[in-house]
Amino acid sequence: MRTIRLLLEKEFRQIFRNKALLPMIFVMPLIQLVVLPLAADYEVKNISISVVDHDHSTYSHKLISSITSSGYFKLIGYTNSYPEAIHLVELDKADLVLEVPSGFEKNLVRENEQKLFIAVNAINGVKASLGGAYLNKIIANFNADIRLQLIQPSRNNATPVIEVVSSNWFNPFMNYKFFIVPGILAILVTMVGGYMCALNIVKEKEIGTIEQINVTPIKKIHFILGKLIPFWIIGIFVFTVGLVVVSRLIYGIVPMGNIVLLYSFLSIYLVALLGFGLLVSTYSETQQQAISVAFFFVMIFILMSGLFTSIDSMPGWAKIIAQLNPVTYFIEVMRMIVLKGSSFKDIKWHFVIVTIFAFVLNGWAILNYKKTT
Amino acid sequence: MKESVIKTEKLTKRFGDFVAVNEISFEVFKGEVFGFLGANGAGKTTAMRMLCGLSVPSSGIATVAGFDVFKQTENIKRNIGYMSQKFSLYEDLTVLENIRFFGGIYGLSDKQLKEKSSELVLTLGLQNETKKLVGALPLGWKQKLAFSVAIIHQPKIVFLDEPTGGVDPVTRRQFWDLIYEAANSGITIFVTTHYMDEAEYCNRVSMMVDGSIKALDSPSNLKKQFSATSMDEVFFELARGAKRGE
Repeated sequence: MRTIRLLLEKEFRQIFRNKALLPMIFVMPLIQLVVLPLAADYEVKNISISVVDHDHSTYSHKLISSITSSGYFKLIGYTNSYPEAIHLVELDKADLVLEVPSGFEKNLVRENEQKLFIAVNAINGVKASLGGAYLNKIIANFNADIRLQLIQPSRNNATPVIEVVSSNWFNPFMNYKFFIVPGILAILVTMVGGYMCALNIVKEKEIGTIEQINVTPIKKIHFILGKLIPFWIIGIFVFTVGLVVVSRLIYGIVPMGNIVLLYSFLSIYLVALLGFGLLVSTYSETQQQAISVAFFFVMIFILMSGLFTSIDSMPGWAKIIAQLNPVTYFIEVMRMIVLKGSSFKDIKWHFVIVTIFAFVLNGWAILNYKKTT
Repeated sequence: MKESVIKTEKLTKRFGDFVAVNEISFEVFKGEVFGFLGANGAGKTTAMRMLCGLSVPSSGIATVAGFDVFKQTENIKRNIGYMSQKFSLYEDLTVLENIRFFGGIYGLSDKQLKEKSSELVLTLGLQNETKKLVGALPLGWKQKLAFSVAIIHQPKIVFLDEPTGGVDPVTRRQFWDLIYEAANSGITIFVTTHYMDEAEYCNRVSMMVDGSIKALDSPSNLKKQFSATSMDEVFFELARGAKRGE
């Protein structure tokens, strides 16, 4: 016990004296949590559209104004010929071209039917597909409005229409931030915990103090605990600040579920994560090596965790990787507890899996950490 | 009869095909200042690391403080002090914090730590530097502090790996005063060095060439044996045949 106390005393003194490390631990994550969710937004706005209007009629003007007033589109060109419009796409000024043929109004009124042409710049896939979809929806709404005006639907002879009304559970306004903030918080805790722990141990290797430790009677397990406990505490601290200060005060996200449950999961998760950092450190001789290896894994952890892309839509092999990724479980649990208010019953398997991660990673690291060569 | 504290027999360390330490056999007695000499790359540090329990020998037998280097490394560690080539106190801790940490892990009580700290600070003349980070001290002071910390728990043996590298002659002299003081208090000193004047200070020295011990005796006997006037000449005589080197 005394050994552990001495080790903790030493670690905390060193951490609080490290002028480079402190901002990394305490300031950077908060800034990222404030800035990232604002930028990492799925909603596509500011789609540049170029309209080719061959009709110049009241209806074509109405359609264009309903497009521009939707808030998603910026009208950047109003041209008379398709080549002119597509040239704007080539210059990367326009994302979409909408061509309104001549006789648009006439055909719509007389023949009850008219085709429109949309050309999409598919370089930016997300913008293209969402922009196309938004535009379709706007045109469909416009169409419905026109029909209502033109044809007074008779009571008996109404065309059967199926209208789908959806409601968004657990995030009624589909506020993207509710979805992304808990995820980003999970990632930040992962980065702070994983990197710091790995770097700290490798630093001792680099400067040679670990040899001095190895020649003392300090037990391997004590030394490791002396390294894990400080970063475990820091992880909990960073998470708490993120959850209370940033998510709650800035984004107004109040966890629906049990806070104790959330922290219990976090506690085990951090042990698993620190085990990962420890493992990296046992395989690295220099901080550069450790950073490169940790970066490689953290990158995969982040991109394959379901933070930005849904795991369900990944190919089979990628799903397997996602399932071997501890971050996946933490992000799921965060979203389930914070947004949905899930109880222990719902996430018991997450607990089991993350506990297995904790045992495997730490066990492997302890086996691989050698006082002698 | 003199009590032996280190005893090795055909102690060997191989790294793949390379034989870093080749069947060395020697004995070190209690209270002795034992010089472990050799050119760069001769295998001194590897041999020392095996004796400290930092490196597992490939073959041979060795006991340190009565404990086996294969099976009882943790017992050995409780009975030795070690000062490596690299300065290895924590530079971002103060003088007192380093003393407290290293003393503490060797099991010194808070009261003992307090006594030892003030005693140590006094002998080293560090009264005004106790709250300074060790990184801010001049190298000579760092080395003296590192040595004092290495023997803070009164070990049976202290291993010093080139403790005076890069230190000025005056400080080296002071350093050797500390070594003698420790030896007088019963601590066996096992020291490697490249300074042949320091070799003269030792009770006995061994000369390692290409992984083997080529000579072992008191400095005066060695000089006689090689009909040399100084340890420098003895060293040249022996190390000239070395095939390894940096």
